[in-house]
Amino acid sequence: MADSVKLSKNLLRMKFMQRCLDADTKKLLEEEERRIISDEHWYLDLPELKARENVVVEEQSFVPCEELRFGRMSFRGFNPEVEKLMVLLNPRAEGEEEEDEEQRRKMQADVTDEEMAQRYQALVGSMKKKFAKKRERAAMDEDNGVAMETGTKRTFMKPQD
Amino acid sequence: MQVPELLQRVGQVLLPGDEFRLDQEDNISLTEVSRPSRAVCGPGLRRSGARLLVCKSGVLRHKAPNVFWIDSQQKRYVPAKGETVIGIVTAKAGDIFKVDVGGSEQASLSYLAFEGATKRNRPNVQVGDLVFAQFVVANKDMEPELVCMDSSGRANGMGVFGSGGLLFTVSLGLVRRLLSPLSELRSDLEQLFPCELVVGMNGRLWVRSCSVQQTLIVANLLQSSDSMTAPQRKELFRKVQQGAL
Repeated sequence: MADSVKLSKNLLRMKFMQRCLDADTKKLLEEEERRIISDEHWYLDLPELKARENVVVEEQSFVPCEELRFGRMSFRGFNPEVEKLMVLLNPRAEGEEEEDEEQRRKMQADVTDEEMAQRYQALVGSMKKKFAKKRERAAMDEDNGVAMETGTKRTFMKPQD
Repeated sequence: MQVPELLQRVGQVLLPGDEFRLDQEDNISLTEVSRPSRAVCGPGLRRSGARLLVCKSGVLRHKAPNVFWIDSQQKRYVPAKGETVIGIVTAKAGDIFKVDVGGSEQASLSYLAFEGATKRNRPNVQVGDLVFAQFVVANKDMEPELVCMDSSGRANGMGVFGSGGLLFTVSLGLVRRLLSPLSELRSDLEQLFPCELVVGMNGRLWVRSCSVQQTLIVANLLQSSDSMTAPQRKELFRKVQQGAL
Protein backbone atom coordinates (compact mmCIF):
# COMPACT_ATOMS: atom_id res chain seq x y z
CA MET A 1 0.00 0.00 0.00
CA ALA A 2 2.73 2.41 1.09
CA ASP A 3 4.86 1.53 -1.90
CA SER A 4 2.18 2.22 -4.41
CA VAL A 5 1.36 5.69 -3.13
CA LYS A 6 4.40 7.92 -3.11
CA LEU A 7 4.27 11.33 -1.64
CA SER A 8 6.14 14.00 -3.41
CA LYS A 9 9.31 15.46 -1.92
CA ASN A 10 7.83 18.89 -1.65
CA LEU A 11 4.98 17.53 0.35
CA LEU A 12 7.33 15.60 2.63
CA ARG A 13 9.31 18.76 3.32
CA MET A 14 6.26 20.54 4.65
CA LYS A 15 6.10 21.24 8.32
CA PHE A 16 3.13 19.08 9.23
CA MET A 17 4.72 16.08 7.53
CA GLN A 18 7.88 16.25 9.66
CA ARG A 19 6.31 14.30 12.50
CA CYS A 20 5.51 11.12 10.60
CA LEU A 21 8.77 10.84 8.67
CA ASP A 22 11.21 8.12 9.59
CA ALA A 23 14.91 8.80 10.12
CA ASP A 24 16.08 7.60 6.70
CA THR A 25 13.82 9.80 4.65
CA LYS A 26 14.57 12.73 6.92
CA LYS A 27 18.28 12.38 6.33
CA LEU A 28 17.78 12.03 2.62
CA LEU A 29 15.70 15.16 2.44
CA GLU A 30 18.19 17.15 4.48
CA GLU A 31 21.06 16.13 2.27
CA GLU A 32 19.21 17.16 -0.82
CA GLU A 33 18.35 20.48 0.69
CA ARG A 34 21.97 21.11 1.58
CA ARG A 35 23.03 20.25 -1.96
CA ILE A 36 20.57 22.69 -3.42
CA ILE A 37 21.74 25.47 -1.12
CA SER A 38 25.41 24.92 -1.88
CA ASP A 39 24.68 24.87 -5.60
CA GLU A 40 22.87 28.15 -5.41
CA HIS A 41 25.64 29.87 -3.52
CA TRP A 42 28.03 31.71 -5.74
CA TYR A 43 31.50 32.99 -5.07
CA LEU A 44 34.14 35.18 -6.66
CA ASP A 45 36.93 33.38 -8.37
CA LEU A 46 39.78 35.29 -6.74
CA PRO A 47 43.23 34.37 -5.55
CA GLU A 48 43.36 33.92 -1.79
CA LEU A 49 43.98 37.07 0.18
CA LYS A 50 47.14 36.79 2.15
CA ALA A 51 47.05 38.65 5.41
CA ARG A 52 50.40 40.37 5.68
CA GLU A 53 51.62 41.41 9.04
CA ASN A 54 51.47 45.12 9.48
CA VAL A 55 54.94 46.29 10.42
CA VAL A 56 54.22 50.01 10.43
CA VAL A 57 51.97 51.79 12.88
CA GLU A 58 50.77 55.22 11.80
CA GLU A 59 50.61 58.01 14.32
CA GLN A 60 49.12 61.38 13.46
CA SER A 61 50.17 63.32 16.50
CA PHE A 62 53.47 64.87 17.52
CA VAL A 63 52.72 64.36 21.20
CA PRO A 64 53.92 60.76 21.61
CA CYS A 65 56.79 61.23 19.14
CA GLU A 66 58.38 64.23 20.80
CA GLU A 67 57.10 63.36 24.27
CA LEU A 68 55.43 66.72 24.59
CA ARG A 69 54.20 67.89 27.96
CA PHE A 70 50.71 68.76 29.09
CA GLY A 71 49.53 72.12 27.77
CA ARG A 72 48.84 73.91 31.02
CA MET A 73 51.61 75.51 32.98
CA SER A 74 52.02 77.99 35.75
CA PHE A 75 55.25 79.59 36.92
CA ARG A 76 56.32 80.83 40.32
CA GLY A 77 53.16 79.74 42.07
CA PHE A 78 50.79 81.90 40.05
CA ASN A 79 48.15 79.18 39.92
CA PRO A 80 48.82 76.47 42.53
CA GLU A 81 46.14 74.21 41.09
CA VAL A 82 47.87 74.09 37.73
CA GLU A 83 51.25 73.55 39.35
CA LYS A 84 49.82 70.50 41.10
CA LEU A 85 48.55 69.24 37.75
CA MET A 86 51.94 69.80 36.15
CA VAL A 87 53.59 67.55 38.72
CA LEU A 88 50.87 64.96 38.24
CA LEU A 89 50.67 64.83 34.46
CA ASN A 90 54.16 65.48 33.23
CA PRO A 91 56.63 62.64 33.10
CA ARG A 92 59.63 63.44 35.27
CA ALA A 93 62.96 64.41 33.78
CA GLU A 94 65.82 62.06 34.63
CA GLY A 95 67.54 64.34 37.11
CA GLU A 96 64.36 64.81 39.06
CA GLU A 97 63.76 61.09 39.10
CA GLU A 98 67.02 60.49 40.94
CA GLU A 99 66.06 63.01 43.56
CA ASP A 100 62.77 61.26 43.93
CA GLU A 101 64.48 57.94 44.48
CA GLU A 102 66.58 59.43 47.25
CA GLN A 103 63.54 60.83 48.93
CA ARG A 104 61.82 57.51 48.75
CA ARG A 105 64.80 55.78 50.33
CA LYS A 106 64.76 58.27 53.17
CA MET A 107 61.08 57.75 53.67
CA GLN A 108 61.52 54.02 53.84
CA ALA A 109 64.12 54.40 56.58
CA ASP A 110 61.47 55.70 58.96
CA VAL A 111 60.35 52.20 59.85
CA THR A 112 63.07 49.58 59.63
CA ASP A 113 62.39 46.02 58.62
CA GLU A 114 63.17 44.79 62.12
CA GLU A 115 60.62 47.10 63.71
CA MET A 116 58.10 45.92 61.20
CA ALA A 117 58.80 42.26 61.98
CA GLN A 118 58.51 42.85 65.71
CA ARG A 119 55.23 44.61 65.30
CA TYR A 120 53.80 41.82 63.22
CA GLN A 121 55.05 39.24 65.70
CA ALA A 122 52.92 40.87 68.36
CA LEU A 123 50.01 40.95 65.96
CA VAL A 124 50.09 37.22 65.21
CA GLY A 125 48.56 36.27 68.57
CA SER A 126 45.70 38.72 68.44
CA MET A 127 44.86 37.92 64.85
CA LYS A 128 44.83 34.23 65.66
CA LYS A 129 42.38 34.88 68.47
CA LYS A 130 40.12 36.77 66.14
CA PHE A 131 39.72 33.91 63.73
CA ALA A 132 39.49 31.13 66.33
CA LYS A 133 36.17 29.64 67.42
CA LYS A 134 34.79 30.25 70.86
CA ARG A 135 35.95 26.97 72.36
CA GLU A 136 39.42 27.32 70.89
CA ARG A 137 39.63 30.81 72.20
CA ALA A 138 38.91 29.62 75.73
CA ALA A 139 41.64 27.03 75.40
CA MET A 140 44.05 29.66 74.19
CA ASP A 141 43.30 31.88 77.14
CA GLU A 142 44.04 29.04 79.52
CA ASP A 143 47.40 28.49 77.90
CA ASN A 144 48.30 32.06 78.49
CA GLY A 145 47.83 31.75 82.23
CA VAL A 146 44.43 33.32 82.37
CA ALA A 147 43.28 30.09 83.98
CA MET A 148 44.88 31.17 87.22
CA GLU A 149 42.47 34.04 87.55
CA THR A 150 39.40 32.04 86.76
CA GLY A 151 40.21 29.73 89.69
CA THR A 152 39.60 32.41 92.28
CA LYS A 153 35.96 33.16 92.20
CA ARG A 154 35.01 36.78 92.43
CA THR A 155 32.60 37.66 95.18
CA PHE A 156 30.80 40.78 96.06
CA MET A 157 32.50 42.69 98.82
CA LYS A 158 30.30 44.82 100.89
CA PRO A 159 31.69 48.29 101.23
CA GLN A 160 32.37 49.56 104.69
CA ASP A 161 30.46 52.59 105.76
CA MET B 1 63.12 45.66 7.42
CA GLN B 2 63.03 49.25 6.31
CA VAL B 3 64.78 50.59 9.35
CA PRO B 4 68.40 50.79 8.12
CA GLU B 5 67.38 52.75 5.04
CA LEU B 6 65.37 55.22 7.09
CA LEU B 7 68.05 55.48 9.77
CA GLN B 8 70.55 56.67 7.18
CA ARG B 9 68.36 59.64 6.32
CA VAL B 10 67.71 60.81 9.88
CA GLY B 11 68.51 64.50 10.19
CA GLN B 12 68.24 65.11 6.45
CA VAL B 13 65.59 67.13 4.68
CA LEU B 14 62.95 65.02 2.98
CA LEU B 15 60.35 66.21 0.50
CA PRO B 16 56.84 65.01 -0.26
CA GLY B 17 57.09 62.17 -2.74
CA ASP B 18 60.20 60.60 -1.30
CA GLU B 19 59.55 56.98 -0.58
CA PHE B 20 61.01 53.98 1.16
CA ARG B 21 60.28 50.36 0.53
CA LEU B 22 58.95 48.24 3.31
CA ASP B 23 60.60 44.98 2.40
CA GLN B 24 59.72 42.07 4.55
CA GLU B 25 62.10 39.20 4.77
CA ASP B 26 60.49 36.35 2.96
CA ASN B 27 62.72 33.66 4.30
CA ILE B 28 63.03 33.35 8.02
CA SER B 29 66.56 32.73 9.12
CA LEU B 30 66.99 29.76 11.38
CA THR B 31 69.99 31.04 13.26
CA GLU B 32 68.69 34.44 14.26
CA VAL B 33 65.88 34.85 16.69
CA SER B 34 63.16 36.58 14.70
CA ARG B 35 61.82 39.56 16.56
CA PRO B 36 58.89 41.42 15.06
CA SER B 37 60.14 45.00 15.09
CA ARG B 38 57.33 47.43 14.58
CA ALA B 39 58.09 50.86 13.26
CA VAL B 40 55.97 53.84 14.20
CA CYS B 41 55.68 56.50 11.54
CA GLY B 42 54.58 59.80 12.97
CA PRO B 43 53.27 62.93 11.28
CA GLY B 44 54.64 63.50 7.80
CA LEU B 45 55.03 59.85 6.95
CA ARG B 46 52.37 57.64 5.45
CA ARG B 47 52.15 53.96 4.73
CA SER B 48 50.81 52.92 1.38
CA GLY B 49 50.91 49.21 0.70
CA ALA B 50 54.52 48.17 0.80
CA ARG B 51 55.83 51.72 0.57
CA LEU B 52 56.45 54.39 3.15
CA LEU B 53 55.72 57.80 1.66
CA VAL B 54 56.82 61.20 2.83
CA CYS B 55 53.94 63.69 2.75
CA LYS B 56 55.41 66.78 4.41
CA SER B 57 58.64 68.57 3.76
CA GLY B 58 60.98 68.75 6.70
CA VAL B 59 63.70 67.05 8.64
CA LEU B 60 63.44 63.36 9.40
CA ARG B 61 63.61 62.68 13.11
CA HIS B 62 64.07 59.43 14.94
CA LYS B 63 63.48 58.28 18.49
CA ALA B 64 64.67 54.96 19.83
CA PRO B 65 63.70 52.29 19.26
CA ASN B 66 61.66 52.68 16.11
CA VAL B 67 59.79 55.97 15.90
CA PHE B 68 60.19 58.19 12.84
CA TRP B 69 58.55 61.49 12.01
CA ILE B 70 59.03 64.62 9.94
CA ASP B 71 59.79 67.81 11.81
CA SER B 72 58.14 70.51 9.75
CA GLN B 73 57.01 74.09 10.07
CA GLN B 74 53.40 74.86 9.41
CA LYS B 75 50.66 77.19 10.53
CA ARG B 76 47.59 75.25 9.47
CA TYR B 77 46.43 72.94 12.21
CA VAL B 78 45.26 69.45 11.32
CA PRO B 79 43.40 67.76 14.18
CA ALA B 80 45.04 64.63 15.51
CA LYS B 81 43.57 62.17 17.96
CA GLY B 82 44.66 62.67 21.55
CA GLU B 83 45.98 66.22 21.15
CA THR B 84 44.84 68.94 23.49
CA VAL B 85 43.77 72.22 21.93
CA ILE B 86 42.26 75.58 22.83
CA GLY B 87 38.89 76.00 21.18
CA ILE B 88 36.40 78.83 20.99
CA VAL B 89 32.75 77.90 21.42
CA THR B 90 30.88 79.30 18.42
CA ALA B 91 27.41 77.79 18.71
CA LYS B 92 25.14 75.82 20.97
CA ALA B 93 23.19 73.26 18.98
CA GLY B 94 21.01 71.08 21.16
CA ASP B 95 23.20 68.46 22.75
CA ILE B 96 26.50 69.65 21.35
CA PHE B 97 28.60 72.75 21.20
CA LYS B 98 30.37 73.73 18.02
CA VAL B 99 33.96 74.64 18.72
CA ASP B 100 36.39 76.45 16.46
CA VAL B 101 39.83 74.86 16.80
CA GLY B 102 41.53 76.39 13.78
CA GLY B 103 41.18 73.26 11.67
CA SER B 104 39.36 72.91 8.37
CA GLU B 105 36.12 72.08 10.13
CA GLN B 106 34.55 73.01 13.43
CA ALA B 107 34.74 70.34 16.09
CA SER B 108 31.78 69.14 18.10
CA LEU B 109 31.81 68.96 21.88
CA SER B 110 29.05 67.11 23.73
CA TYR B 111 27.63 68.82 26.78
CA LEU B 112 28.01 65.51 28.62
CA ALA B 113 31.75 65.47 28.03
CA PHE B 114 32.54 67.71 30.99
CA GLU B 115 33.50 66.65 34.46
CA GLY B 116 30.44 66.11 36.62
CA ALA B 117 27.98 66.84 33.82
CA THR B 118 24.74 64.88 33.65
CA LYS B 119 21.59 65.27 31.60
CA ARG B 120 20.10 67.32 34.39
CA ASN B 121 23.23 69.17 35.38
CA ARG B 122 24.43 70.94 32.25
CA PRO B 123 27.81 72.64 32.23
CA ASN B 124 27.75 76.41 32.09
CA VAL B 125 29.26 77.07 28.68
CA GLN B 126 28.42 80.19 26.70
CA VAL B 127 29.11 81.08 23.11
CA GLY B 128 32.50 82.75 22.97
CA ASP B 129 34.00 80.84 25.89
CA LEU B 130 37.42 79.26 25.62
CA VAL B 131 37.71 75.54 26.26
CA PHE B 132 40.80 73.41 26.70
CA ALA B 133 39.83 70.06 25.26
CA GLN B 134 41.14 66.85 23.81
CA PHE B 135 40.32 65.16 20.49
CA VAL B 136 38.71 61.75 20.70
CA VAL B 137 37.77 61.56 17.04
CA ALA B 138 40.02 63.16 14.47
CA ASN B 139 40.40 61.79 11.00
CA LYS B 140 40.11 63.12 7.50
CA ASP B 141 36.69 61.64 6.83
CA MET B 142 34.77 62.58 9.94
CA GLU B 143 33.90 65.63 11.94
CA PRO B 144 36.40 66.03 14.76
CA GLU B 145 35.05 65.49 18.25
CA LEU B 146 36.31 66.96 21.49
CA VAL B 147 35.94 66.02 25.14
CA CYS B 148 36.82 67.96 28.28
CA MET B 149 37.70 65.01 30.48
CA ASP B 150 39.99 62.02 30.48
CA SER B 151 39.04 58.36 30.26
CA SER B 152 38.29 58.18 33.98
CA GLY B 153 35.91 61.14 33.86
CA ARG B 154 38.21 63.65 35.55
CA ALA B 155 38.73 67.13 34.13
CA ASN B 156 42.50 67.16 34.73
CA GLY B 157 42.91 70.77 33.72
CA MET B 158 40.53 70.62 30.78
CA GLY B 159 37.27 72.50 30.48
CA VAL B 160 36.21 76.12 30.28
CA PHE B 161 38.88 78.64 31.25
CA GLY B 162 39.99 82.12 30.40
CA SER B 163 38.98 85.04 32.53
CA GLY B 164 41.38 87.93 32.58
CA GLY B 165 43.88 86.47 30.15
CA LEU B 166 44.95 87.03 26.58
CA LEU B 167 44.59 84.62 23.69
CA PHE B 168 46.84 84.82 20.67
CA THR B 169 48.10 82.59 17.89
CA VAL B 170 51.62 81.39 17.18
CA SER B 171 53.10 78.87 14.77
CA LEU B 172 52.73 75.18 15.50
CA GLY B 173 56.50 74.86 15.76
CA LEU B 174 56.67 77.31 18.65
CA VAL B 175 54.00 75.40 20.51
CA ARG B 176 56.03 72.23 20.18
CA ARG B 177 59.13 74.05 21.34
CA LEU B 178 57.26 75.27 24.41
CA LEU B 179 56.01 71.81 25.31
CA SER B 180 59.11 69.75 24.58
CA PRO B 181 60.51 68.06 27.68
CA LEU B 182 63.76 70.02 27.86
CA SER B 183 62.54 73.36 26.59
CA GLU B 184 64.89 76.31 26.96
CA LEU B 185 62.12 78.70 26.05
CA ARG B 186 60.05 77.48 28.95
CA SER B 187 62.89 77.69 31.45
CA ASP B 188 63.63 81.25 30.23
CA LEU B 189 60.00 82.17 30.69
CA GLU B 190 59.92 80.60 34.12
CA GLN B 191 62.47 83.11 35.38
CA LEU B 192 60.51 86.14 34.23
CA PHE B 193 57.46 86.65 36.39
CA PRO B 194 54.62 84.67 37.88
CA CYS B 195 52.26 83.81 35.07
CA GLU B 196 50.00 81.10 33.78
CA LEU B 197 49.97 79.60 30.32
CA VAL B 198 47.57 77.40 28.43
CA VAL B 199 49.12 75.92 25.32
CA GLY B 200 46.97 74.34 22.64
CA MET B 201 48.55 72.10 20.03
CA ASN B 202 46.57 74.09 17.47
CA GLY B 203 48.89 77.07 17.86
CA ARG B 204 46.77 79.04 20.29
CA LEU B 205 48.33 80.38 23.44
CA TRP B 206 46.57 81.92 26.39
CA VAL B 207 48.50 83.92 28.95
CA ARG B 208 47.56 85.46 32.26
CA SER B 209 49.77 87.30 34.68
CA CYS B 210 49.44 89.59 37.69
CA SER B 211 48.71 92.71 35.68
CA VAL B 212 47.59 93.54 32.16
CA GLN B 213 50.98 95.02 31.43
CA GLN B 214 52.82 91.86 32.38
CA THR B 215 50.38 89.72 30.43
CA LEU B 216 51.05 91.80 27.33
CA ILE B 217 54.81 91.57 27.85
CA VAL B 218 54.72 87.78 28.05
CA ALA B 219 52.46 87.57 25.00
CA ASN B 220 54.70 89.81 22.94
CA LEU B 221 57.82 87.96 24.04
CA LEU B 222 56.36 84.62 23.03
CA GLN B 223 55.17 85.92 19.69
CA SER B 224 58.50 87.45 18.83
CA SER B 225 60.54 84.47 20.03
CA ASP B 226 59.03 82.47 17.20
CA SER B 227 61.58 83.95 14.79
CA MET B 228 64.60 84.32 17.06
CA THR B 229 67.71 82.35 17.76
CA ALA B 230 68.39 81.18 21.28
CA PRO B 231 71.03 83.85 22.11
CA GLN B 232 68.81 86.61 20.74
CA ARG B 233 65.95 85.42 22.85
CA LYS B 234 68.03 85.14 25.99
CA GLU B 235 69.26 88.69 25.46
CA LEU B 236 65.72 89.99 25.04
CA PHE B 237 64.45 88.14 28.10
CA ARG B 238 67.32 89.53 30.15
CA LYS B 239 66.53 93.07 29.01
CA VAL B 240 62.88 92.69 29.89
CA GLN B 241 63.73 91.34 33.30
CA GLN B 242 65.94 94.32 34.05
CA GLY B 243 64.00 97.11 32.36
CA ALA B 244 60.35 96.42 32.57
CA LEU B 245 60.18 95.27 36.14
